[in-house]
Amino acid sequence: MDNPIEKRRLELEKYFDAKSPFALLRVAQMKRAWKHKNRRELTWWENTYIPTVVTGIHLTSKHFFHNLNLHILHLFGLCKDQKAAVTYQYPEQPRPLSARTRTRHRLTKREDGSPRCVACMMCETVCPARCIEITAGEHPDPNIEKFPQKFVLDLGKCVYCGFCVEVCPEDAIRMDTGKLNTAEYSRESMIYDKKRLMDE
Amino acid sequence: MPKVIIDGQEIEVAAGTTIIQAADKLGISIPRYCYHDALPVSGNCRICMVEVEKQPKLQIACYTPVADGMVVKTNSPKVLDVRKTVLEFLLVNHPVDCPVCDQAGECKLQDYYMEHGQYNSRLVDVKVKKEKKAVQIGPTVMLDQERCILCTRCVRFTNTITKTNELGVFERGDHSQLDVYPGKQLDNPYAANVVDICPVGALTDKDFRFKCRVWYLAKTKSVCPGCSRGCNITVEWDKMRPHHFKKARVMRLKPRLNPDVNNYWICDAGRYNYRFIDENRITTPQLKDDLITWEQAIETVVKAIKSTKTDRIGVIASAQLTNEDLFVVGKLFKETLKVANVDYRVGQQPGNSDDFLIKADKNPNTAGAAAILGVPALSAEEIVQKAKRGEIDVLYVFGQDLVKLFGKDVVAEVVKKVKLLVYQGSNINETCSYAHLNLPSAVYAEKEGTFTNCQQKVQRIWPAFVPLGESRLDWVILSMIAEKMGTAFKYKNTQDIFKDIAATVDGFSEMTYEKLNDQGLILNKKL
Repeated sequence: MDNPIEKRRLELEKYFDAKSPFALLRVAQMKRAWKHKNRRELTWWENTYIPTVVTGIHLTSKHFFHNLNLHILHLFGLCKDQKAAVTYQYPEQPRPLSARTRTRHRLTKREDGSPRCVACMMCETVCPARCIEITAGEHPDPNIEKFPQKFVLDLGKCVYCGFCVEVCPEDAIRMDTGKLNTAEYSRESMIYDKKRLMDE
Repeated sequence: MPKVIIDGQEIEVAAGTTIIQAADKLGISIPRYCYHDALPVSGNCRICMVEVEKQPKLQIACYTPVADGMVVKTNSPKVLDVRKTVLEFLLVNHPVDCPVCDQAGECKLQDYYMEHGQYNSRLVDVKVKKEKKAVQIGPTVMLDQERCILCTRCVRFTNTITKTNELGVFERGDHSQLDVYPGKQLDNPYAANVVDICPVGALTDKDFRFKCRVWYLAKTKSVCPGCSRGCNITVEWDKMRPHHFKKARVMRLKPRLNPDVNNYWICDAGRYNYRFIDENRITTPQLKDDLITWEQAIETVVKAIKSTKTDRIGVIASAQLTNEDLFVVGKLFKETLKVANVDYRVGQQPGNSDDFLIKADKNPNTAGAAAILGVPALSAEEIVQKAKRGEIDVLYVFGQDLVKLFGKDVVAEVVKKVKLLVYQGSNINETCSYAHLNLPSAVYAEKEGTFTNCQQKVQRIWPAFVPLGESRLDWVILSMIAEKMGTAFKYKNTQDIFKDIAATVDGFSEMTYEKLNDQGLILNKKL
């Protein structure tokens, strides 16, 4: 009974089904934390740092010179059968993305340009980062009934999991803009409102 | 008494009991749309079909009385198959607009479909469009005819409970639609109850419309403070997502079943009487125009009380306070300070009333105040008159709006005469601007305690959330004053106070919070 993980597992069993994903996840977390806590002590030789620094520099330089030489040889049309590491001149030259990559969100529109969103709050509910905030309003057309008065998405909080897209019953939110460079100077400007999500 | 076996469990019930009632007693839940405990049986939805042994066809559980030796199966393959078919039939013209429907999350169509449906749609025709979609049929209720499954619960409610007959089903076949009679409005004082009994999203609440999804709501049992009936309610609130409705915490109130008090119902006035919980609150102690800390406020009160003779102190308590608060009021002012001028009765104009739920006395705890504070020597009106004559130096008011009760001129004169007018209340009113010292106290949804209703029934309320801003519970404020005076009460929570009440006040003897539970107990009744 000394093993803290086993103890915790038994404790959890009182409240949860031990085989439930939640309990398994908790146990896995505990295991990791325990391993981290009880890791091996460094030896005196390792504590001097010199050997680790030297190995590190050696590894980096090996790759650097290997690729440099190969690129030079490729310039002269030599060694074409050997591949060198690929370099993109980002941000001038963007890296090609797979069509399925989850990138910055957008709100899709109806034919008249209003958002397709009906403020059902599915995305807000499912969002694990709690980055979506919707305020619903009454739509003049009774066949649409409900629309988002406010739709605020805080990209500073977003974890790009894509749950919001998956859960949307109206195909109103998508992550297919291909934009990943949402760098801003302030946290406030990372917060996207309805207009920015529809037009930017 | 007939004995029946339902799903292998035997039960003996009174003759005339229906299968669904017997099953409910056993804890076996049979699906239902049109059947409601408090309404006459209609038997039109057909989802409660069960298999009765030795009968060739399935029977509806809501209308078939039990017979001796009956063997009922509620989960046989035949029954499950029928449920699936009935659901398919009910959903033929249903628009399935759950994303915009307020009922989503507490909708019986969704619930039973998750359990029994899950088939591919076989419908090839176009769904029948109905006239009224999102139409207001009364001050509180919205109607969507397409979502309606025509169970007629609401029709039977207006026919038998309120007897106002506003609703009916018109046309035949798949043109049938629920509507109000021409020229009528669903505007009786209990109208919004049809929203609660509607098993689908056909009738929704105008007030709650699009505020918040129901799955965000936390629920706390409570008692309506609107009148002395003390209807049992559930406070439904949402603190985690303040962007939904103007940072308000309480989203709606729902009635809670208590057969002795309000059954399933509540009046509309009580149902929508929740805005004061979040709006217009006093949040910081205030001395004249300065915001002060609690220490300073208590210091001011204690200094004033200590420098005043006890017969020159007046206390106007309130029947809006819980029994526990009133007990501490009595303990501090009557027992410890020996103040004679303590009263809770104010000459309030009786409000509207009827013979169903609404009572003229708009205070939830008049009976409790009478039991705990007893019959006072002076009435509140006399205390105010005394103050007007300059015979009172410290006037301590609990949540009573003096301006509304006695008029501006009287209060202005009183304020000139008394040295300190303390107003301890939750919401801003006109008296606040006259009072020298304002102490913010909690509202009922933030309190734990008990109310005693007009039937002498002691009923518990539970705290939903912590008091807003710097406001504190009434008994905590009074305990702070007592501590400063050097006579600490040593109450840790309201349970301690209630133990004290049970020990000292007649009628409350042997009562505990556990025994009261969520249905309450009658005062003076031997347990």
